[in-house]
Amino acid sequence: MSGFTKEFIKGLITSNPIFVLALGLCPALATTTSLENALGLSAAVTFVLLASSTMISLIRKFIPGTVRIPVFIIIIATFVTVANMLFQAYIPTIYNALGIYLPLIVAYCIVLGRAEAFASKNKVSRSIADALGIGIGFTLALILIASIREILGTGGISIFGNDLFTLPGLGDNPIYIFILPAGAFLVVGLLLALFRWTGVTKNG
Amino acid sequence: MGELWSIFIGMALINNIILVKFLGLCPFFGISKKLGIAVNMGVLVTAVMLVASVAGWLIDNYVLAPLNAEYLNIIMYILVIATLVQMIEVFLKRTNYSLYNSFGIYLALIVTNCAVLGIILISNDEGYSFIESLIAALGAGIGFTLVLAIMSGIRERLELADCPRALKGLPIAFITGALLVMAFYGFTGIV
Repeated sequence: MSGFTKEFIKGLITSNPIFVLALGLCPALATTTSLENALGLSAAVTFVLLASSTMISLIRKFIPGTVRIPVFIIIIATFVTVANMLFQAYIPTIYNALGIYLPLIVAYCIVLGRAEAFASKNKVSRSIADALGIGIGFTLALILIASIREILGTGGISIFGNDLFTLPGLGDNPIYIFILPAGAFLVVGLLLALFRWTGVTKNG
Repeated sequence: MGELWSIFIGMALINNIILVKFLGLCPFFGISKKLGIAVNMGVLVTAVMLVASVAGWLIDNYVLAPLNAEYLNIIMYILVIATLVQMIEVFLKRTNYSLYNSFGIYLALIVTNCAVLGIILISNDEGYSFIESLIAALGAGIGFTLVLAIMSGIRERLELADCPRALKGLPIAFITGALLVMAFYGFTGIV
């Protein structure tokens, strides 16, 4: 069990996909305009990671080495299609807000990267731990970025139609730039620098 | 004609595929240190985008729509892109070996380049006609090349710049990206 925990914890901090591996930056910038969208995309990415890692790890001995990448891509694309249909059916507002970024999960290097680097070489339990760790690490990073952008850019946080809180002063005059693309680059850049400065992650 | 022009400018400058849509960030941050490589990469991606858009449109309208199988589009698109890149690789290797060599690994990387898949999805989402999706792909490709070229020049200067240790590398590139987006806001409303 300690192996399972170790692989799980690893994804949260020491190999956090966004802040350490710098993988999956496109979604981290594009869908963090609000906490709601960030949660939606994180759920989809975690689902796809978990399902495709489990599947690839299960059939890893039957995949010929030369065609492994196309096989991985088809498995990933299948689960992305499943996630897409589930979102469309059950949470259409988030499906519409995420737009092209939901089907784009298929092209995110983070999913294929874990399949190639981990799931294709390890047994199922370890692959599940790795996928969960990376997925939750990704989710935490997205929550952090989205919270900062939504609070500064709109003055408060509202989720699924309920206003959680509004900051006095900022609520009336929000700093719009933070929910625009420029704010995304700025927030992620400063967070990366902050994590290096405090020593959470090593200088790259 | 006016509509096509506005799609072109919109894709290239106003809704730039890297800066506003955040697609193709890996080459933007990863390999754009030399102007020559950046431009080559941009031209290559533009070519793949054009061919992929044509293929994507044809598959959407003549294969998936008649079969009522639109839900399979993600799988089809990614397979089309992977096949196309493989074909271009073989074609270049046979016809223009020096060009093939200068692209090297970047050719293979285009498969996982979200910009190519992104442009097919955008055209599909907007319901573009054949010509419109072609123009959109051309605009997106030129916008991609432009930003990659600009960034390569800035990255060369950043290498020598004396910035705080924690900001070196990726963080300062992100902040530069933020400034670049703000500069591109200037194009808003020109069409």
